Amino acid sequence: MNATEAHLHPFTSGRRGAALRGDVWLGFTPAQSGGLVLDFHSRVEGMYGAITRQLLVGLMTAAGVEHGTLEVHDSGAYPFLLRARLESLLVRVTGQADLRLSPEASLGEPLTAPQRNRPRRSRLYLPGNESKYMLNAALHGADAVILDLEDSVAVSAKADARAVVRHALFHLDWKNCERMVRINQGALGLEDLAYLHDAPLHLVLVPKVESAAELRAVDAALGERAVLLMPIIESAKGVMHVMEIAAASPRIVALTLGLEDLTADLGVQKTSAGRETSWACSQVIFAAKALGLQAIDSVYGDIDDDAGLRASVQRAKAIGFEGKGCVHPRQIPIVHEEFAPSAAQVQRACAIAVAFEEAQKQGLGVVSLGSKMIDPPVVKRALKTVSAALEAGLLASDWRSE
Amino acid sequence: MTLTNQSLLTLAGREVPAHINGVATIPYQGVGKYLPHGNKVGAPIRSCANYPANGDKRVPDVGDMTAKLKVALERAGIQDGMTISTHHHFRNGDLVANALFDAAAQLGVKDLRWFPSACFPCHEPLLKYLEDGTIHHIEGSMNGPLGDYASSGKMRGLAVLRSHGGRYQAVQDGQVHIDIAVLAAPTADMFGNATGDRGPSACGLLGFGLADSEYADHVVVVTDNLVPFPCLPWQLQGQNVDQVVVVDKVGDPSQIISGTTRVTKSPDRLLIAENIAKFVRDTGIMKDGFSFQAGAGGITLAFAMFLKEYMREAGVTAGFVRGGSNQYLVEMLEEGFTPVILDGQTFDLEGVRSMRENAGHQNTSPFTSYNFHGKGNFASMLDVVVLGATEVDVDFNANVVTHSDGRLLHGIGGWQNCLFSKCTILAVPSVRDRIPVILDRVTTLVGPGELVDVIATEFGLCINPKRTDLREAAKGSRVPILEIQDLKRRINALCGGEPAKPRLAEQFIAAIQWVDGTTIDGVRRVLS
Repeated sequence: MNATEAHLHPFTSGRRGAALRGDVWLGFTPAQSGGLVLDFHSRVEGMYGAITRQLLVGLMTAAGVEHGTLEVHDSGAYPFLLRARLESLLVRVTGQADLRLSPEASLGEPLTAPQRNRPRRSRLYLPGNESKYMLNAALHGADAVILDLEDSVAVSAKADARAVVRHALFHLDWKNCERMVRINQGALGLEDLAYLHDAPLHLVLVPKVESAAELRAVDAALGERAVLLMPIIESAKGVMHVMEIAAASPRIVALTLGLEDLTADLGVQKTSAGRETSWACSQVIFAAKALGLQAIDSVYGDIDDDAGLRASVQRAKAIGFEGKGCVHPRQIPIVHEEFAPSAAQVQRACAIAVAFEEAQKQGLGVVSLGSKMIDPPVVKRALKTVSAALEAGLLASDWRSE
Repeated sequence: MTLTNQSLLTLAGREVPAHINGVATIPYQGVGKYLPHGNKVGAPIRSCANYPANGDKRVPDVGDMTAKLKVALERAGIQDGMTISTHHHFRNGDLVANALFDAAAQLGVKDLRWFPSACFPCHEPLLKYLEDGTIHHIEGSMNGPLGDYASSGKMRGLAVLRSHGGRYQAVQDGQVHIDIAVLAAPTADMFGNATGDRGPSACGLLGFGLADSEYADHVVVVTDNLVPFPCLPWQLQGQNVDQVVVVDKVGDPSQIISGTTRVTKSPDRLLIAENIAKFVRDTGIMKDGFSFQAGAGGITLAFAMFLKEYMREAGVTAGFVRGGSNQYLVEMLEEGFTPVILDGQTFDLEGVRSMRENAGHQNTSPFTSYNFHGKGNFASMLDVVVLGATEVDVDFNANVVTHSDGRLLHGIGGWQNCLFSKCTILAVPSVRDRIPVILDRVTTLVGPGELVDVIATEFGLCINPKRTDLREAAKGSRVPILEIQDLKRRINALCGGEPAKPRLAEQFIAAIQWVDGTTIDGVRRVLS
């Protein structure tokens, strides 16, 4: 879009560009009369041109916008994205901040209730204004997807992205993935939440948290909604306040860090060994464990370095992290493999779990394996290992029969 | 000869042109049903008494490639309406075809039928010769601007698309008579013996030019690397060659790499490749001594990468592999995962290098691989082949030549021939930017559904209901298996309903040949 085009229409939304696919750009100039005039260009004119025109005109008319010129450059946007882009446009045209278009019917199952203790080994980041990565994100088997409104979205596109995230949450099939949204920091983040007031999601990531008050504001904004929280610690101040942040809301289920921002705040270089942030990581892990929360590591940014990712997950696991952020779907299986227990660990854990069950059946207070007595924390860890092995597909659900 | 509106209905329910460039069409009759009799055609009798006793068949140095080709064409007796053939081993780096038709145009020859094994975007300059009448029409796989030109209905004759095997068949049973073959050769001697695996323009092999060299009335070899007699090894035999043209450069081998010969980076496509490799592993197809082919295309190349890892884990080695050699197959050869690669063409320079250095490669041609008039078929001996497609339908029929808007944009290549494998898997994303790939009925029928065993998408694999054995074998696998109708409903729900069919004119612009020489479908002009 060049400057001249932008000035042709007082209201625009969406994206266009010669190489862009799967998106739509809308420009609208209102008029007093003459009905809706469409200047319509679509890469999928032959297959879906008529359906798309009908959808756009129908929704505009229903929103009470009946006169003006709508310019459309469609590079193959799916209906849910057409609705999202039109929703952003109509909010601007009508000045009604609370205008929402009804979403396309869901392709997946209805939202399940949020679970505090589900595995969060992997969470896949998806830029909020880029729907193409969202379409099949759930196929890659991540424990969670994060529709991001923060750092991956340009400031000028924040409002557009909210609508995309809203319609994607309603429409796309997210399978068993926990549905997370990363909002912006501070007031902008509260606006994000207000925009997404009806969107089906499980958890909100709150970035760059430095005080319990910030978390309490988010908590209050969520009102009665059954939504969990995961604060992201990304500054020295945040690290120093991590205990009070972690205790700020009963919705909090996990703590995580943003190491890029943290190293920038410290004024140091981020290294693969991570010595510069090891203390901060430990603070976060200790705070999480002290309060019964999950400790989740930052992302690994180099998508071409599988060995580096593997080593990074091994380090994270060794110091107590239980999950890792992913910036590319191909990172997910590596993260899961590395968080999975070893074959020997699984075998021993299964033996302990069976012994524990036997002891319970017999009403014994003490669990023993052969001639050895097993301490309760070891039993607890073994049961955790068994469930992690089941999650990682290392154990069949009928493992007891073997 | 003009474009036709008259049509016939095939047994597969497809309307095909009643005549193809003046010759009555033989409509498609089913797989293995049309079996022509009689003798194969032969090249004219020649006598060595008419050729230089010293074996030097070189055209004199009269200037640049075009000037020399003019001499060669004149000596070959070029006339209006003749059929001139070329091969496509340089893919998008070919320099000979453009110079060849420059020469023909300068000689004032008209109405030529160009019979390439395939043409590429680099041949866009030939549009002007379609416009000025030098070329009447093209019969060969068309990739890019020439396909677009034909789609628009501007070409005076019907385009005829054949598979690599079908091209050999058409030459052997006389459907196409080649008057003059002009064959680029990276290395040759003055007698015309030629090879593709060495020389500064090495492109791998020359199998697609083999039929041309054996059956054309007149054969010209064009080389930029003349070696002393004898050129060893040779794939084209000098005994079939009339003239040798020595030029500065025949092609740019770096251009044999194209978008379809690089591994995909798309996570969805990698997922498809991974699912296929797991399927091949879990169904027991992957076992010691098995064979496979992975065609061009980012997904199929990635499939080979995943498969190699599973072979390593299971300690399995293949019996043979068919290429398109490329770096991934070469790695398998060098690491001992297969003793042999049967090469039909070469997809990258690593493949070219290995062909030159590793005795585990065997040059093949469409004749040795899968020509319908061969005494057997390598393709049907393969345990599994993974191919791409532009569209598939709920009856497992597939299209590889037109897009869903009806435009003719791709060639058939060896695709049709490879459908005969024991397990044919088509790897396709289910939808491309709101263009569904799974339809009720493909826009153009190129491969009949009875030969397609599995359609693999990012959502999982659809197994042809006829393959109850594969359905049973897949039961222990964690790869998602789904019904194609369910997948189609899901894609339509995402896209906003059933897509409208492309708006087409009555006029045919191309005929699609089946491997046996019958016509399986027609392509009509797209209405803008």
